[in-house]
Amino acid sequence: MKTAKKPVKTPAKAPKAAAKPKVAFFDFACCEGCQLQITNLGETLLDILGAVDVVEFREAISEKWDKDYDVVFIEGSIGDHHAEERLKKIRARAKVLIAYGSCATIGGVNGMKNSFELDEIRRSVYGKDYKLFDSTPTKAVHQVVKVDYFINGCPVYGPEILEVIKHALRGLPYTVPDNPVCAECKLNENVCMYERGIACLGPWTRAGCNSWCVNNGNICYGCRGEVSNPSKAAQDVISKYKLKPELIKNKFDMYNKCKENDKSEKGK
Amino acid sequence: MAKTTGKNIDIKVDYVTRVEGHGNIVANVKNGKIEKCEFHVVETPRLFEGMLRGRSIFEAQHITSRICGICSCGHSLASIAAAEDALGVVPTEQTIKLRKLMLDYEFLDSHVLHAFLLVAPDALGVPSFVPLVKTHNQTVRQILRLKKAVNDCCDILLGRHIHPITAIVGGWTKLPRQKDLDAQIKIMEGMTAELEPLLKLAKTLKLPDFTRETEYVALVSDDGEYPLLSGDIGSSDGKRVSRKEYRKSTNEFIDPRSSAKWTKWNRESLFVGALARFNLNYDKLHPKAKAYAKEIGLKPVCHNPFMNTMAQVVETIHCYYHALGILKDLRKNGLDYSQEITVGVNEKGAVPVRAGDGVGSVEVPRGILHHNYVTDENGLIKQANCIIPTNQNVNNIEHDFAKFLPEILHMKQDDIRLRLEMLVRAYDPCISCSAHYLDVTFVE
Ligand code: SF4
Ligand code: SF4
Ligand code: SF4
Ligand SMILES: [Fe+2]
Repeated sequence: MKTAKKPVKTPAKAPKAAAKPKVAFFDFACCEGCQLQITNLGETLLDILGAVDVVEFREAISEKWDKDYDVVFIEGSIGDHHAEERLKKIRARAKVLIAYGSCATIGGVNGMKNSFELDEIRRSVYGKDYKLFDSTPTKAVHQVVKVDYFINGCPVYGPEILEVIKHALRGLPYTVPDNPVCAECKLNENVCMYERGIACLGPWTRAGCNSWCVNNGNICYGCRGEVSNPSKAAQDVISKYKLKPELIKNKFDMYNKCKENDKSEKGK
Repeated sequence: MAKTTGKNIDIKVDYVTRVEGHGNIVANVKNGKIEKCEFHVVETPRLFEGMLRGRSIFEAQHITSRICGICSCGHSLASIAAAEDALGVVPTEQTIKLRKLMLDYEFLDSHVLHAFLLVAPDALGVPSFVPLVKTHNQTVRQILRLKKAVNDCCDILLGRHIHPITAIVGGWTKLPRQKDLDAQIKIMEGMTAELEPLLKLAKTLKLPDFTRETEYVALVSDDGEYPLLSGDIGSSDGKRVSRKEYRKSTNEFIDPRSSAKWTKWNRESLFVGALARFNLNYDKLHPKAKAYAKEIGLKPVCHNPFMNTMAQVVETIHCYYHALGILKDLRKNGLDYSQEITVGVNEKGAVPVRAGDGVGSVEVPRGILHHNYVTDENGLIKQANCIIPTNQNVNNIEHDFAKFLPEILHMKQDDIRLRLEMLVRAYDPCISCSAHYLDVTFVE
């Protein structure tokens, strides 16, 4: 796959070097799996490295950079005061900010923390010393600072990473797919989980992963966030299969609990 | 040798790089006397054990996999083992064989990344693999190709390597077909082109000479197989307990400076990971792995923590041949596809659930990992406990620091810092698993 070799506005015969965009990666509360998806791109990684200057990527390199960034990737969700401050500082130095992976775009699994009373869940893990560890309700990145691009997925999906990087480097907008996973699932000719008697979150979940889990015999867990308009199909599923809405809500909370933080806002 | 008396040092490394997650090193020396030499793991506590409460035990694999991307196969397997133990589900031989294959892939992937991509720059004296792209372009390409190859095998077997899809409680949602086995074998056999030169290169890595006796803890078993997926918990101090008694081997205590829980067993600290397994189970390694160990002069019991990286290289060879063996065996004898299971059937009560208390102890690349779930009669998790290898090692790292720092105190501050960072990296700490942070502080 070809990656954008030139930054925005450079004409066909661009002057070399100098113009390379400065790119940085930062992680917050997360499993760092989304960063690893990048090393899993194999030699395509070298093409990307050829097109940009990676100035910070703590997991893989030791160089540090103290000027502005052209593009930053934020991985992980925000779950304590220090993280919130750090994120705001990064935003102030970043021209373009990409929320990278579901922890960043929707809070992801970290959002389950918000189903509990904060002190109670801290005490349950750390016992009487729980106050030693600062913790705030989980927030997605856009719930703290402005986000320019969203890359959903837990983990992110290789082809989409490259797609968004291309757009971001050219300064073009990227529209996150807003149709349900079912659309891709049907194209892949999977037997619908509902036909097998199992509840699946495909009808509610944003596509873009090529129905990754269902192709492999599992259900969709909703990791890419909710479509802005769960279609009539989703309602039909509920009535046709006589689903308890609580069952779906409970499943949905695994990734999407943080959505409650932006109830009032619409979409992203 | 430079004078160390009257020397003042103040090292603070925020976020040690090239480890998974964040850790800090703090070292203070005043008038040649060490006041402080600590390794802190501080990150946003993610509270997985708390979040699991109330979730179905059938969801535990999916959730705990997200503790750590790089260890996701290991967490999945420990989680599945704990859940099956709680439910009383006994996996079939075929299921176990495929899980062993999955674990081999996890070792290959993780060890290659750590030993070559993250540690080699230290040995070659550059800050990261980025300059190596210019100076050692072939090598970087070999590493990336190797990683990609393992990843491609995982894609076929697991749907994806990070957060595997097909391995769940009870078995596999999708079993590899003949063509899938052929594809994996082809990729594996093709890997030697990359692996051979890297193994040669690894022989030239110069690692610091440092020893400190400690307790090595790893799975042990009575059969002839190098134990990774099952067995008892064994120690180089001669103790052995069943996995149900894992708490005996991991007496946890909380260090207020880090969001990690620390452990010890029969002495002040313990070591888990490739070197522990190598030290305890050397005899069961694949002959080719043993031959390589001999060549590089690595033999049990080795007390140099820096050699953990070399033990990882030795295990890379072992897992490579072990995986290939499983694949060929499956291709020859075929699979029973009626064992393919449907996820989520418990929703309809197809899997009987019961109240239970289950433990899963699995060797993952960085050491022994325990998951423990207590469930109610509906299969909902009441209590969860995950004891992560890095947390078991942090205490040992600090004890190493205490011995190592005086030995290198004559060096320049930057060299001291580098060596302390290298020591931490040798453990291949996974701080995403435990916590996230590394700080070294020096002032002269
Ligand atoms: S989105 Fe998922 S894979 Fe990515 S960092 Fe978060 S938990 Fe890990
Ligand atoms: S509900 Fe699930 S299995 Fe059915 S079509 Fe949608 S994504 Fe596919
Ligand atoms: S199928 Fe659903 S859970 Fe799986 S990757 Fe796609 S959106 Fe995420
Ligand atoms: Fe980990």
